[in-house]
Amino acid sequence: MSGQSTLLEINDLHAGIDGNEILRGINLKIGPGEIHAIMGRNGSGKTTTANVIMGHPDFDVEKGDVILEGESLLELEAWERARKGVFLSFQYPQAVPGLQVGNFLRKSVASIRGEDEAKGSVFREELTSAMESLDIPRSFMSRYVNDGFSGGEKKRFEILQLMLLKPRLAVLDETDSGLDIDGIRTVSEGVNAAIRGTDSAALIITHYSRILEHVQPDMVHVLLDGRIVASGGPELATKLEVRGYEWLKEE
Amino acid sequence: MSGDSEAREAVGEYKAGWHDPENSTIRFDFGLSEEVVRQISELKEEPEWMTDIRVKAFKHFSERPMPTWGNMSMLEEIDFENICYYLKSSDSTERDWEDVPEDIRNTFERLGIPEAEQKWLSGVTAQYESEAVYHSIREDLEKQGVIFLDMDSGLKEYPEIVKKWFCSVVPYSDNKFSALNTAVWSGGSFIYVPEGVHVEMPVQAYFRINAKNMGQFERTLIIADKGSSIHYVEGCTAPSYSTDSLHSAVVELVALPGSHIRYSTIQNWSSNVYNLVTKRGIAHEDAKIEWVDGNIGSKLTMKYPAVILKGEGSHAEVISVAYSGEGQHQDAGAKIHHLASNTTSKILSKSISKNGGRGTYRGMVTVSPKADNCKLNVVCDALILDEGSRSDTYPTMEVANPSARCEHEASVSKVSDDQLFYLMSRGHSEEESLAMIVNGFFEPFTRELPMEYAVELNQLMALEMEGSIG
Repeated sequence: MSGQSTLLEINDLHAGIDGNEILRGINLKIGPGEIHAIMGRNGSGKTTTANVIMGHPDFDVEKGDVILEGESLLELEAWERARKGVFLSFQYPQAVPGLQVGNFLRKSVASIRGEDEAKGSVFREELTSAMESLDIPRSFMSRYVNDGFSGGEKKRFEILQLMLLKPRLAVLDETDSGLDIDGIRTVSEGVNAAIRGTDSAALIITHYSRILEHVQPDMVHVLLDGRIVASGGPELATKLEVRGYEWLKEE
Repeated sequence: MSGDSEAREAVGEYKAGWHDPENSTIRFDFGLSEEVVRQISELKEEPEWMTDIRVKAFKHFSERPMPTWGNMSMLEEIDFENICYYLKSSDSTERDWEDVPEDIRNTFERLGIPEAEQKWLSGVTAQYESEAVYHSIREDLEKQGVIFLDMDSGLKEYPEIVKKWFCSVVPYSDNKFSALNTAVWSGGSFIYVPEGVHVEMPVQAYFRINAKNMGQFERTLIIADKGSSIHYVEGCTAPSYSTDSLHSAVVELVALPGSHIRYSTIQNWSSNVYNLVTKRGIAHEDAKIEWVDGNIGSKLTMKYPAVILKGEGSHAEVISVAYSGEGQHQDAGAKIHHLASNTTSKILSKSISKNGGRGTYRGMVTVSPKADNCKLNVVCDALILDEGSRSDTYPTMEVANPSARCEHEASVSKVSDDQLFYLMSRGHSEEESLAMIVNGFFEPFTRELPMEYAVELNQLMALEMEGSIG
């Protein structure tokens, strides 16, 4: 793979929290326009991977590198990474009482895509069409960010932000958890709309293969005890669904 | 390094902290005595009854011990002998900004007052040190009989109305600082709204202290006659000095049957100002009094806007926010007394403490035995931004009538790393993220303000969050 066709490169990444090593040497390359999935059981290091890519201050990187478009992210704060084009759809989005959704979206688009992109009718149209595609009612705009949202509303709101912020790399952490079939379909359509046909990329982190039926990944990686132990095409997800994770341990 | 620049450094980004050269026309020596009190009254050519009440109040002040709540050690530091009790910087109160002395006019222009007046206010009083320097009201309101004057002019032009209501809501003997204010009061607003008149756009008073070691003691009296309504807004700032100034106001509201008074304050004193204020209103039948009270600055604020629900069916609301930064103590809250049946009240208090600041909610709600079917709702929330800061809550409820319905909620929260990380992952720096959380926390308050003030308050809080991340 040449340097130019790599959007995200993770090299021998060792990271943990409070001195406990969770990631023990992750290697991963994602090219523009690609969608990759990381699958694994609870405790395998999925959420840690997402947090380290985004730059959560509680996690320490002991070794290795995370490189976006040729530039190491590790010295950058989360907000700087966001402005470079990294996006994280959270497993547990945080509530901010008193902060209105509409105001927050406008400010976020302004800080990531620039002030001009958050103004005027073009932005309003973009917002309206993204909301319609995710079945989000207009009244949503005057609610407070994630405050009193149902599980499904939170996930749809994460994808709405994905669609509006237009990142280079979208990391989706357990976006399918807590969603019913219709919810998964809606959210998947949002992810496809944001990534497919663009030169951006997505990394879908999930326990189950359900979301991967709607968002066809180019590559599937299996995470076990902080290492990627298997990589393959979409058929790997199906195999995991049928056989579980145990057989990998034996191999 | 001069004391002034040290003080400015200590308060950080306080934006209203500049001061102008003092060009006083009359300045009293430091210190307080019966002589000083009589001189103020004589200078103002007041009727004898006012002189008498001032002298009585002074005697009460001298004998009255300091309050035993709030922050007693800070209170003990007040040096009453090192304060100037009267300072006049302009010979008269003007109706045209062009006639206001240039340096003073510039100050109010920097604070944006003439601009706000043109855009969205019904009237403005601007007080500089002890006296109003500018005063104006829209002609149509004047024609409808609305009186909006500075308090001194009110006393001169409408002595019978002032005499009837002055000290009727807050007696001089109410507390040590109401006694002090009654003894040396100067300036403030006098408002009378005739029966059935609705003043649609707010009227504003702006209080500016400029001199060092200054005492500002404005006195405000608002009377809303039957079925009328008014929204009064006050703002205040002072330069940052290394020595202390004292602001001790008394505000009396009289809401006659069916009337509505809303009184909004954004207090943004510099952190060398003691802000010890008594605010109280009486609500008659079906009247409504609302205090919307924001305390951002000062060294020590002790202020508990109060409503006496005297008439049946009257309603009281006190919505307040307090922000305490380094070296600051905001001891604020509300008092509501349900004296009549079917009265309702709502208290919402929000406080934020940061950099070792201290916020205290002190509230009292009482229901008298004769008051049936009253409804009370008290919510107080505190947000603590770092380890060394402090928040205390002292809610008192004395309910002597079993038919009352009381609700009380209190919460103390901290900003979590996960909350900050979530906002930062959307491209907002840590300071911007903190400001979003803080402004969100204050939102139930800010949405009650006229839009222009809400924007200003949000900017002010964003400024307070700057440089706060270690």
